This record gives sequence, C-alpha cells and structure tokens, in this order.
Amino acid sequence: MSMSNELERLHFEFTGGRPVGPFVPALVGVVGSGNLEVLVEPREDAACTVEVSTSARGFAPIWEAVMEDFRERHPLAGLRVSINDMGATPAVVSLRLDQAVAEIAGPRP
Amino acid sequence: MNASYAECTARQRIERLFDADSFHEWLPPAERLTSPHLAQLGVPCAFDDGVAIGRARLDGKVVFVASQEGEFMGGGVGEVHGAKLVGLLRRAARDRPDAVVLLAESGGVRLHEANAGLIGVSEVMRSVLDARASGVPVLVLIGGKNGCFGGMGIVARCTDTVIMSDIGRLGMSGPEVIEASHGVEEFDSRDRALVWQTTGGKHRFLSGDSDVLVDDDVEAFRAAAIAWLGVQRPAILDSLEAEHRLLSERLHGAPPGADAIAFWRQIGIQRAEQVSELDSEALRELRSDAGLNREPS
Repeated sequence: MSMSNELERLHFEFTGGRPVGPFVPALVGVVGSGNLEVLVEPREDAACTVEVSTSARGFAPIWEAVMEDFRERHPLAGLRVSINDMGATPAVVSLRLDQAVAEIAGPRP
Repeated sequence: MNASYAECTARQRIERLFDADSFHEWLPPAERLTSPHLAQLGVPCAFDDGVAIGRARLDGKVVFVASQEGEFMGGGVGEVHGAKLVGLLRRAARDRPDAVVLLAESGGVRLHEANAGLIGVSEVMRSVLDARASGVPVLVLIGGKNGCFGGMGIVARCTDTVIMSDIGRLGMSGPEVIEASHGVEEFDSRDRALVWQTTGGKHRFLSGDSDVLVDDDVEAFRAAAIAWLGVQRPAILDSLEAEHRLLSERLHGAPPGADAIAFWRQIGIQRAEQVSELDSEALRELRSDAGLNREPS
C-alpha cells in the first residue's frame, strides 16, 4: 500500500518563557488551500508546545525555523498550540501565530 | 460599517450577524471532534470539521445556529459535520428555541467521506423537518462564494425561509457537474452569466425558491433574518402538492428552449432582460409587481 498520502506530524517544545496565565481557547485561520488553522489552549505546566499536522510533507527544517522565530518573538509558557496546515507559506504561518497570540492577549475570563 | 457577507469566514458571520457576544458554542474546536476519514487520505482535518454550532441571540430572541466554512473542503458535509448539524436540529426540536438559523455554504456531501456523508445529509433533512414539525422555524442564509449545492441545496429547500444575496447560489448539481454529465453544449460552467441566471440569488428570488433577496452585506442578512425569524411555512402534503402543481405548470408553460429571461417573462416579471443589472431593491419591486411576494407575517 502506498504511504504517499500520509500527513506529516511535527512536534515542538520550548521552555523558559513567560507564563500566559488562564485564557479561553481560541481558533484562528481556516484549513483551506495555502492556509492553516491555529488553536491555542492553556497548558497546566510551564512548557510551550506546538503540534503540527500538515499535508505538505518534507518541510520540517522550515517549520523548525518558523517555530524558532515564533519563540523569539513570543517567549511564552503554559501554552499549547495546535496547527492543521494545508500548505501555507512560512509568512502566513507566522501571521496566523501572531493573530493567535493577539487573541490570547484579548479579554480574560 | 458595511461588511461583505461573502468575504467573512463562518465564525466571523456568527460574530457579526448575532447579538454581540451572545454565541455559546457546542462542541468547540478544543473538543477536537474531527473527521475520522480525512487523515487516511492525507487531508488535514479541521478542529470543528468545518461547521460551528451553538446557541445565540438575534434581536434578543434565542436561536440555535450553525455556520458552515466554505474554505474547508468547500463546506462539504462529512460524517462529523453532518452529525453536528443533526444534533443541533434535534436539540432544537426538544428545547424549542425561537428559531434555528443555518448559515449555509456547501458543495453538498464531502466526497472523501462517501456514504457517511450521504447518510449525514439525509439525516439533516429529516431533522430539519422534525424541528419544523415541533414548531421551531428554520431559516437558511445563503451568501457565501461556494453557494449551497447538492444535499445542502435540498436541505435549504426543506426549511421555512430562504434568505439569499445576489452572490449566493442555490441548486442541486453544481455547474461543473451538469457540464460533466450533459456536455458543454447543454451547460457551459465557465459562462458566469449563465451560472448566475440559473442558480444565483436573483433567479432564486424571482422564481420563489428564495423568500428574501438582500445585498451582500452582513447587516442586511441580519435585518432579514430578524424580520423572518418567526415565519413558518406549513410542512404538510397539501403545500407539497401545491408546489408540485406550480412547478408542473411552469414546466409545461415554458416555450421550447426557454432560457432564464424567457422564464422570468413567463412568470410575469417586467423588464426581465434587465434583471442582471438591477439591484436587489429593484428586484424586490419587480417580484412584488408580478404578485409573487411572500411577506413575513
């Protein structure tokens, strides 16, 4: 059976960031061609994790660079980021991540 | 500020159409109730499977709401997506909100999910009729770029009230499907004028398939939904047979090879050849002059 149809799943974890505190989970973006959705939720511990599920396979080094850039711009802790991607460019991914962080910074429960 | 309904995402439509901060979502994205089929095909899932459902207020009235995301799989109804719609409608039949408002944007069944999607859509139809039978009006709003086709087109016509913009399209088989099955001589799917003359909001409004024609504006959709919120159409055999008689008369009364303009003339629309250039207000007058209006009571 051909395995060429499999989604690529990536996992990133950062520590040492600033705790974001409690917030209502938020969803930004849409899973459409060249686009992605980003779900942000609070985590109990002090880590910042990012799970990526993408239809564009073979771009792990680029995702790594985009995530490193995200960590530098938003050093956060207690955050779980989940991404469903349909071939978004790195710039679009970064904008969606910024949008998601802006949602967290909005009204608190 | 005016906002294009077509340009909004499913969630932006909910946010802007209903009373501010009144939406309470059921099975939100964080529940991760996603498609069990897509990953096997190498297609990423969406955390809400392309539809947001919940409770909101519209002009103070309690409404149950579903909003389909056209950008995700063309709004296609998969197993989970369909089950969310069915659950919402069944809950409406039980809890009796003031209405159910469906913000439809869908190509119909999500082909990746085949039979599961087909069964889902048929269950949605049944549950729309059940909600209506229990006394809850069901409205559908159509104004997204993907239109409302296939099984969702049938679902739309199972409701009490259909509100469309001129951008909105409603039909069974989409343009490409008709061309593929009957040939380009029968239907050229790239002929945008033809596509809108046969499935677009103006045509559906003139023919009576849609009750309200609004501009592509979120506020206009909101105002129309408020005006028609409590309107119910009897879902009984008599009304179905009357509809069939009307369609039969129109079919047999049409001249051979009639196009949309000939059809509009046939049902008594003046200035039929100008329809494509007229705005929704002018269209409302034309339909009213032809004695074809159905008003909110």
